[in-house]
Amino acid sequence: MSGHTSSYEPTSRWGKWWDERLPIARLMHSSFVAFPTPRNLNYLWTFGGILMFCLVAQIITGVMLAMHYQPSDTAAFNSIEHIRRDVNFGWLIRSMHAVGASMFFIAVYIHIFRGLYYGSYKAPREVLWILGVIILLVMMATAFLGYTLPWGQMSFWGVTVITNLFSALDTLWAGLGTSIVEWLWGGYSVSGVTLNRFFSLHYLLPFVLTGVVILHVWALHVAGQNNPTGLDLKDESESVPMHPYATSKDLVGMFAFLILFAWFVFFLPDYLGHADNYNEANPLVTPPHIVPEWYFLPFYAILRAFTGSFLGLPLGSYAKLLGVLAMFASIAVLAFAPWLDTSRVRSAKYRPLFKWAFWTFAFTCVALGYLGAKPAEGIYTTMSQIFTVLYFAYFLVAMPVLGLIETPNKLPRSINEAVLGPDAATATR
Amino acid sequence: MTIMKSRLAALALAASIGGLSLSAPAIAAGDAHAPELPRLSWVFGGFTGQFDKAQLQRGFQVYKEVCAACHGLNRVNFRNLVQPGGPEFPEEAVKALAAEWPNQISDGPNDEGKMFDRPARLSDPMRGPYKNDKEARAAQNGALPPDLSLMAKARSVERNPSWWTHPFLMLGDIFKSYQEGGPDYLTALLTGYVDPPATVKLNDGMYYNNAFPGHQLAMPPPLSEGNIAYADGTKPTVENYSKDVSAFLAWTADPTLNQRKRIGWQVMLYLLVTTVLLYLGKRRIWANVKH
Repeated sequence: MSGHTSSYEPTSRWGKWWDERLPIARLMHSSFVAFPTPRNLNYLWTFGGILMFCLVAQIITGVMLAMHYQPSDTAAFNSIEHIRRDVNFGWLIRSMHAVGASMFFIAVYIHIFRGLYYGSYKAPREVLWILGVIILLVMMATAFLGYTLPWGQMSFWGVTVITNLFSALDTLWAGLGTSIVEWLWGGYSVSGVTLNRFFSLHYLLPFVLTGVVILHVWALHVAGQNNPTGLDLKDESESVPMHPYATSKDLVGMFAFLILFAWFVFFLPDYLGHADNYNEANPLVTPPHIVPEWYFLPFYAILRAFTGSFLGLPLGSYAKLLGVLAMFASIAVLAFAPWLDTSRVRSAKYRPLFKWAFWTFAFTCVALGYLGAKPAEGIYTTMSQIFTVLYFAYFLVAMPVLGLIETPNKLPRSINEAVLGPDAATATR
Repeated sequence: MTIMKSRLAALALAASIGGLSLSAPAIAAGDAHAPELPRLSWVFGGFTGQFDKAQLQRGFQVYKEVCAACHGLNRVNFRNLVQPGGPEFPEEAVKALAAEWPNQISDGPNDEGKMFDRPARLSDPMRGPYKNDKEARAAQNGALPPDLSLMAKARSVERNPSWWTHPFLMLGDIFKSYQEGGPDYLTALLTGYVDPPATVKLNDGMYYNNAFPGHQLAMPPPLSEGNIAYADGTKPTVENYSKDVSAFLAWTADPTLNQRKRIGWQVMLYLLVTTVLLYLGKRRIWANVKH
């Protein structure tokens, strides 16, 4: 934590020499070896480390793919096939990168839901949380840009639909949206020019992401980790040094996660993609079904929930604009969670009503994901609208209201009491 | 004022077109659901399956004697037919096959600056009969016979389970590692030619097919019983031809499948053992800390 003084003692002459000039080993020691972690963290807390692994794995496989990939409308699709067929272990690298994107999102969604359940967004971790929301946004942008690169049918039409969203701004100011869309495309339609710039940005953003991740970890190490009780650390007996305690647990979590990762890489490499993306992009043929990748489906459902009318409310020509705004708002609202939640109790473990709200919200996200993959018609649209309302109600109603009306369960006085029982509250480990 | 009005009208139009472009494909998908096609059993299916060399060889024979009349395999090189994990024909036989392949390779320019056609070599792709899409359409009455290299991955079987069975079927597919939607579809297509129902009026030069979305297909039924002579005693039925050529196309679309699954099991074994060891180590480290 911030007041923590370093216990690092260089033993070798080499170590002392460096320590007096650039104490990077001291920084690493205080951040990842001696750093005090609450003793009661569960396996949900291993996802930070798992995400770090995902980021590094995506960058390494991505750099290797970029050595063989050609970002042009005539060569992109062929170069992916070249990687799959002719590059040594190209099939493995590509599969790891494509599956890796999905695994990155599985891990980040679990990480976010963990934060929501245990109230990790509340003071003093607001900045830490907002940096996390920025990470999510940059991840989404990177994944979207990356999905363009194979230049298959779904790549091409996904870009066409999503970039076209900005044209909704024409409703506010004639020509504004269209100008933005043409500026994004670098022309009057999605073309090789678009692909080329998307490749450039797809290579850039992971490094921006790395920068924000460093700030995220820094903020974490200033505020300290939250824990399942949501209580603050009282003294040193409530924490254990990160190494070997948290690190040994992180490794178990990471390898268990890698089993899932490898299952998809080796046995289901195409399961998370779409068959149509094995057809080369063709501007003249619209696929029967334009569906984004699974990790965007809940947001896609929110976007499409705004049709001519919303639960009986006529929207007229504003429908598209409202849909776009709602989609962006569904992520932006996360950033306000620290101030929307009025409860002084962090962990949902001690909040009987909020627990219900949380699980309803989790179900809502899954339901929106299901609806996002369905055609936007009939009952699906109505259900999307209902779940869109529930999605926002979690942040705008449940968070502020429950904090005021709910009586929390009795909290333990300390982490030690929660772990050791009330009799041993004064005992040390 | 009128300018303002017309501008607003134009905006509304643009917005509604924008809205249409979002929803139109979904609607199209909603009313033209392809029929549910059966899942077949494949030797290369699931998490342990591997290609059967004999089946790939028969499938190649079907491709060569029937499909190759119109369809190319541009992403497959002759040398791939020799490589492990595929049909594994002897190299000399494939060299001869390449030299005799009717669709020669355009090469050049030569020392006189002229382009020329030459016989294929091991390193050349298996070209179809047409130099480009326009030539193909001109020869095929406007229809385009697509390249088949990736067909088994570019098609799949649509399923529309009810919302409450959906998650279970999904988990089942993940657990069984079901990836054979492409070959399932191709077999259903090749065996799916039937007489059209009385209510359907076929367009000129179209054939009715149960598996094809929209049911009207420009490709005439390519297979009939006995039109390919198998050398290994496999029954010369349309069903066998279809399954064999679908398996062959599954290989052309995924030529590293055998290696992928073999390495996959080694990786799984390593990960499982390491996870257990790490867990035991973690228990040891935490043994004296209540948590």
